[in-house]
Amino acid sequence: MQVNFLGKNLISPTVLASGILGNNFDILQRVHASGCGLVTMKSIGPTPRDGHNNPTVIDLGHGMINAVGLPSPGYLHMEKEWADLNNRDFPIVASIYGASVDEFQQVADYVSDKKPDFIELNISCPNSEKHGMLFGTSPTASFDVVNAVKKVVKTTPLIAKLTPQALDIGEIAKACEDGGADAICAINTLGPGMLIDIESRTPILDFKKGGLSGPMIRPVAVRCVYDIFKATRLPIIGLGGITTGADAIEMIMAGATLAGVGSAVTYRGISVFKKITREMDQWLKDHGCTLEDIRGAAH
Amino acid sequence: MNKPNLTVEKKPIMFRVDRTKRETPDHVTLFFNGTIQFRPGQFVMVWMPGVDEKPYTISYHGPKTFGITVEAKGRFSRKAAAMKPGDLLGIRGPFGNGFDTGTGERVCVVAGGCGTAPVAPLIDMLGKDITLIQGARSRDLLLFKERYPSLNGHYCTDDGTFGHKGFVTELLEQAISTNTFDMVYACGPEIMMKRVFDICEKQKIPCQVSLERYMRCGFGACGACVCGAERVCIDGPVFNSEKLRQMENFNQKALLKSGAEVPLSTYASWRCGENISTTN
Ligand SMILES: Cc1cc2nc3c(=O)[nH]c(=O)nc-3n(C[C@H](O)[C@H](O)[C@H](O)COP(=O)(O)O)c2cc1C
Ligand code: FES
Repeated sequence: MQVNFLGKNLISPTVLASGILGNNFDILQRVHASGCGLVTMKSIGPTPRDGHNNPTVIDLGHGMINAVGLPSPGYLHMEKEWADLNNRDFPIVASIYGASVDEFQQVADYVSDKKPDFIELNISCPNSEKHGMLFGTSPTASFDVVNAVKKVVKTTPLIAKLTPQALDIGEIAKACEDGGADAICAINTLGPGMLIDIESRTPILDFKKGGLSGPMIRPVAVRCVYDIFKATRLPIIGLGGITTGADAIEMIMAGATLAGVGSAVTYRGISVFKKITREMDQWLKDHGCTLEDIRGAAH
Repeated sequence: MNKPNLTVEKKPIMFRVDRTKRETPDHVTLFFNGTIQFRPGQFVMVWMPGVDEKPYTISYHGPKTFGITVEAKGRFSRKAAAMKPGDLLGIRGPFGNGFDTGTGERVCVVAGGCGTAPVAPLIDMLGKDITLIQGARSRDLLLFKERYPSLNGHYCTDDGTFGHKGFVTELLEQAISTNTFDMVYACGPEIMMKRVFDICEKQKIPCQVSLERYMRCGFGACGACVCGAERVCIDGPVFNSEKLRQMENFNQKALLKSGAEVPLSTYASWRCGENISTTN
């Protein structure tokens, strides 16, 4: 099922979410070979960072909670990844984060030289003391980050990744559009939430709090995409809880152009991309329509 | 309260240490009462509340009890080795593929150092005509030396205090020259497993080895444990000859906590000196 996204031809409307698997080039290639249309690298930061101590990821069956905490080698220490990227034959998104507008700008400037197909700005991570979500909950801060990055990046299309914690996510999306974003990805994890082990009376995650993902957050993601579709004209990567073709179709009807997949890798394996694509294809055939026909159909 | 079957529960399930057993000056086994469905070679994530969570293989497995054996070398494992009956640990899992045991009759198991723990339940399960080759630094540190009295065991130590003075690989070459093996299983330092693999390749004997990488989720989502395109936690930790031939990073590269890919020696020295940040 071919789709066009910002001028790139993708083999499937499915997208690998950032922070799922994408730790090296080989695994990204494997995900692409498993039928994923667009793969996203793990978010890249300005300096080396370990992330949080374990436990960092817990599967609750109906979704998961994580506080991985943005580990990154730092953009200056990824020579092998950047070299591998040069020899790719599939489209890739480089996700980046920073603790300030300057840091975002600095990482984006360097990363755009490595020619990823897209740069995603993670202005929405709940799992760090100072990165991300602060920006994504404020329209002016979101505008500032996107606008500053746009100035240095010039040609690489920018995707702004948003948090469901925003009071009005449509307003944030609009601010990103005004700042120069070319697309929106929504949503990052929901929360933060917390699990407490009652025997030891201790929060299970070492960072105590973590973001929720997977099937349990899908209704929130669908609502966010619905709001963003109303507020902007930008194409949307709808992400959050998608596990089946039906889930993806629902997200397209809310207004998404592509369907992001993260936690579902846990529930259906790496072949989840092929499976979701096939199920979408079947649904569209059964209903005699195309993706274009149903995009935003719920509005 | 009955402990539910661990294969359906994904949060850590809390167990109290039932009893402990000092195996060697460096190794302590913690025993728990509970049922856990498990195949040899699989692992569990062991959570010490407020401290950390680490992957361990199950080293003893019975219908109503199981045990993990820890080598006291880092912050976590020293604390674990000092645990007393009644202390609480959380267990998630089991995870991973485990050893393929549907192989021929004549098998050889090669274990180096703490690599003896993962293969112990394999030996229990195979229960056939096994050749065991085991090595350690010194006589004192040979784990489970008394556990398999009836086994055809060959031992070596670095200092020559017990058995052959030298490497398990030398004993393996000897064993191969006088026996026919349908399968060789190996667990231990990665360089040892690479040498075992090379010997098996030369002799055209299929083998399976169990790899170790830094893990977070344990179930194939986060990518922390990747070795090339393989996720050690779910595609492994056991890899067979066919897979190993494709794995360029076997005995070469591993990721640090930050995700930075480094030579295996750098990774190993980080893992030995736990809690030193990988990013300074
Ligand atoms: C273990 C884990 C790590 C993640 N790391 C990142 C990250 O580094 N950057 C990012 O933008 N999102 C990260 N996310 C969020 C996902 O990209 C995605 O937005 C979220 O999981 C919702 O999608 P899902 O329900 O399909 O998983 C992470 C999610 C999980 C579960
Ligand atoms: S530890 Fe998360 S993918 Fe292996």
